[in-house]
Amino acid sequence: MLVAVNVLSTCMFQIQFVLLISRQGKVRLTKWYSPYTQKERSKVILVYKRYASLYFCMCIDQDDNELEVLEIIHHFVEILDRYFGSVCELDLIFNFHKAYYVLDEILIAGELQESSKKTVARLIAAQDSLVETAKEQASSISNIIAQATK
Amino acid sequence: MLYIFMLGYDVDFGHMEAVSLISAPKYPEKQVGYIVTSSLLNENHDFLRLAINTVRNDIIGRNETFQCLALTMVGNIGGREFAESLAPDVQKLLISSSCRPLVRKKAALCLLRLFRKNPDVVNVDGWSDRMAQLLDERDLGVLTSSMSLLVALVSNNHEAYWSCLPKCVKTLERLARNQDIPQEYTYYGIPSPWLQVKTMRALQYFPTVEDPNTRRSLFEVLQRILMGTDVVKNVNKNNASHAVLFEALALVMHLDAENEMMSQCVALLGKFIAVREPNIRYLGLENMTRMLMVTDVHDIIKRHQAQIITSLKDPDISIRRRALDLLYGMCDVSNAKDIVEELLQYLSTADFAMREELSLKAAILAEKFAPDLSWYVDVILQLIDKAGDFVSDDIWFRVVQFVTNNEDLQPYAAAKAREYLDKPAIHETMVKVSAYLLGEYSHLLARRPGCSPKEIFSAIHEKLPTVSTTTIPILLSTYAKILMHTQPPDPELQKHVWAIFSKYESCIDVEIQQRAIEYFALSSKGAALMDILAEMPKFPERQSALIKKAEVAEVDTAEQSAIKLRAQQHMTNALVVTDQHSLNGTPQSVGQLSLVKIPSISGDEHTSADQELSQANGTLATVDPQPPSADLLGDLLGPLAIEGLPGAAVLSEPNAVSGLEGVPIPADDAAAIVPVEKDTNSVQPIGNINERFYALCLKDSGVLYEDPNIQIGIKAEWRTQHGRLVLFLGNKNTFPLLSVQALILPPVHLKIELSLVPETIPPRAQVQCPLEVMNLHPSRDVAVLDFSYKCGTSMANVKLRLPAVLNKFLQPITVSAEEFFPKWRSLSGPPLKLQEVVRGVRSLSLIDMANIFTSFQLTVCQGLDPNPNNLIASTTFYSETIRPMLCLIRIETDPTDRTQLRITVASGDPTLTFELMEFIKEQLVGFPTAPRPPAPPAAPVAQPTNPAALTDPGDLLAGLL
Repeated sequence: MLVAVNVLSTCMFQIQFVLLISRQGKVRLTKWYSPYTQKERSKVILVYKRYASLYFCMCIDQDDNELEVLEIIHHFVEILDRYFGSVCELDLIFNFHKAYYVLDEILIAGELQESSKKTVARLIAAQDSLVETAKEQASSISNIIAQATK
Repeated sequence: MLYIFMLGYDVDFGHMEAVSLISAPKYPEKQVGYIVTSSLLNENHDFLRLAINTVRNDIIGRNETFQCLALTMVGNIGGREFAESLAPDVQKLLISSSCRPLVRKKAALCLLRLFRKNPDVVNVDGWSDRMAQLLDERDLGVLTSSMSLLVALVSNNHEAYWSCLPKCVKTLERLARNQDIPQEYTYYGIPSPWLQVKTMRALQYFPTVEDPNTRRSLFEVLQRILMGTDVVKNVNKNNASHAVLFEALALVMHLDAENEMMSQCVALLGKFIAVREPNIRYLGLENMTRMLMVTDVHDIIKRHQAQIITSLKDPDISIRRRALDLLYGMCDVSNAKDIVEELLQYLSTADFAMREELSLKAAILAEKFAPDLSWYVDVILQLIDKAGDFVSDDIWFRVVQFVTNNEDLQPYAAAKAREYLDKPAIHETMVKVSAYLLGEYSHLLARRPGCSPKEIFSAIHEKLPTVSTTTIPILLSTYAKILMHTQPPDPELQKHVWAIFSKYESCIDVEIQQRAIEYFALSSKGAALMDILAEMPKFPERQSALIKKAEVAEVDTAEQSAIKLRAQQHMTNALVVTDQHSLNGTPQSVGQLSLVKIPSISGDEHTSADQELSQANGTLATVDPQPPSADLLGDLLGPLAIEGLPGAAVLSEPNAVSGLEGVPIPADDAAAIVPVEKDTNSVQPIGNINERFYALCLKDSGVLYEDPNIQIGIKAEWRTQHGRLVLFLGNKNTFPLLSVQALILPPVHLKIELSLVPETIPPRAQVQCPLEVMNLHPSRDVAVLDFSYKCGTSMANVKLRLPAVLNKFLQPITVSAEEFFPKWRSLSGPPLKLQEVVRGVRSLSLIDMANIFTSFQLTVCQGLDPNPNNLIASTTFYSETIRPMLCLIRIETDPTDRTQLRITVASGDPTLTFELMEFIKEQLVGFPTAPRPPAPPAAPVAQPTNPAALTDPGDLLAGLL
């Protein structure tokens, strides 16, 4: 019971979780970087910023740089914006998996991994093209099968 | 599925599918598999083990995109097992030159995660050179990730990474001068603010920068950052540049820069707390508070006092809090008056959430830095007047202590109290303070207009109908004192007061009733009253409870930030101070005895006073016939250790009726009369702990432990392998029990979760603490509750066995002959069936034995065994690891010799059979059916931790007589 708290304080990640919450209180995206229980959720700072109807929340430790995290949020939003072309809540609802990919490119283990928008955009585009080609292959194969069985 | 999870529902299906998707050969499938796995599962999940191999193949494979996916997932959820099997591969990837940057930066962060989670598993010996190499990296993405890794490594062990320090400084220089930074990495015109922040963070983990050249260039860079930042229109640019700036400030503080730079920093911060942007104002205040821990900046910060006080009125509560913290921190003798007055003014407009903190802080500051004591009294009285609800008892106890200890202050305080009483509506706490002060010192005012005993009495008495039962005793004491001070006696006043006393003689509150009766008896005795109701002796000088409280809070909140080291020094200072205080406190325990007023101490007077009293107290219903003796005194004083609850107990009975100690009162009420303070205390349990435990093994509710201060009751519900216990902690005293702690030391086979136990139990209150128990496997070990609380200066500590024993997880079951015999036969021989002959059993009739069995949840099956001297019982055992298990027991007795019998136990689990066998043996050989002969009263389990507690107060007193 007591030990868990100690563990947490010795191995903090910079960002412990990311939440996207709509104005109605609906959760749109969650990402947890460290598992922990209700009891330990104390003494943390929640940094949030609102974009239109979405709240972007990130949870950090007490002695982390708040403004830095605020800018990570903005960075994330800008990249989403660039990717979806002026992003809106609906984009995130229907393409939440893509939002996850983007987040994974920006943050790993609660730490910023890439601060260049261009690089991230390039990587995401590369992933998408991979998916597309795989899909095409699949559909062409099914076409072939369909024709063969006619 | 992910969508469902995101909406907050528990998703516990389909994990297997997700994990198997990972091993699919095609990219889209793999991608989905990884994403779902990393979101749904956490590091402790069993399914992840299945994936380790696939992940490893992906990592060492040639396909870059697969590598990326795998690294990302491990980086996000990797646990111990991942660290064990993957760390070397990840390390290889990170330093291999053949990989593209995108893989390497992921590898860096992945390694960071593994290292943070399990620093012992990841081998980082000799990594300093490699880290230094990594820092030479041109690609800023990789550099950012490597810097994060470095921060973790350095925070763990800065010694090994000295070689990286100059590199960090160089990187910082490169960034700050914007040299060689690709356009895509500038963010609103600032070269990668995140990397700058990270680099400075890493630098803060090195204790100092020794090399003069490096140091110089670092300071140049910092200077540049400090000067180059300005508040601009664009929010994002503003934020980013300030993020860098604040980190730079932290670094400056850490490096103990020269004064000039410090004052520059403070000037900057001063500018920030004046800007409109709330985020920056907040951080400005917070950083200024941190700055306070650094020496020599007080004077500079003081220049901004006015600005900080304006921040107290900010619409944002978190800014107001910061401002309050800062004001509290920057307060010293020179500005205390202004600040406290400012706080008092603010108090009337502050919102409720802050008032308690505010009043506590104001009180502490007033006490710490009071230029003269009358000012202090003024402040506290104002405080009570303005925010009575939020003034804790400690605060007014402290005022009373001060006034009692300073004779010069007494008339002034009494006069002030009188003034406040004239106000039409005053807070109850104010009534308490004024009544107390006037009771003690009103005679000093007697010559002033409007302060004759009669007038004071009527002023106080006006308030009586409005106050609660906790205040009435104080008022009664005041009346008695006023009466005593009225020389020559005023018959009218006396009549009036007596009328009040007799009215309260039948009050439902024991405390009030007792006082009314006693005062009535005492005041009718005339002259003897003088001695008994004499002025309170001076309080021993002790550390303010408030400051103690504040120190505790300080330790709690001490920021574990980059200026960690300094903060630690700060804390140790605080601790040293505390030590000194407590050292000062101890010798006084000797002195305290001499403080007891004269008439009470000599034995003769004692007895005669007692006799007189018991005669006079015809109405006293609870007269104990036992003559007062030193022993009795000891008993009475035993539970009265109240040092350490500064003033609390004494003030609850302000009339320290020293002469009354010997009055026979049942021990339970002893706490109500608290004339003498004692350091010594050994808390004796009431009743036999062992007996209580055994009784609770059979029952589900009862008393587990009791001593003069506390009673612990228990109520349990058992269902299969689960149990729910509720501990009832009841404080029997009229003062709160402090530092209450309960720890469960569970044996391996029980999983016990205790909900939070409050640290303080309010007077005469009962607290419930639920406790969840789960039985994992059979065992006879017992869980122990380590319970401690503070009573006076000594800690009372008891270790109690919890009645979560084997038989609680049994449920009776009736077995018919058709079921019994095949089962009995199928379990043949050890280890499933054990047989033993036991000798030296207490002789019991078969019926008694059957009763014992039934009480242990074993069903005695009649008529199964043809031999009437034998007994067959059955039960089901529940635990988490094995399925519900039928247990069969057969006892064969010898009618000629009742002390020996043969036991056979059979069940489907060898441990269970063994444990059950031992359990039954224990019960039949040792268990008490009738109450055992009374055990020696001092149970060995209660061990007072304070060595001083060993001195018996009775002996001490006897020595003096």
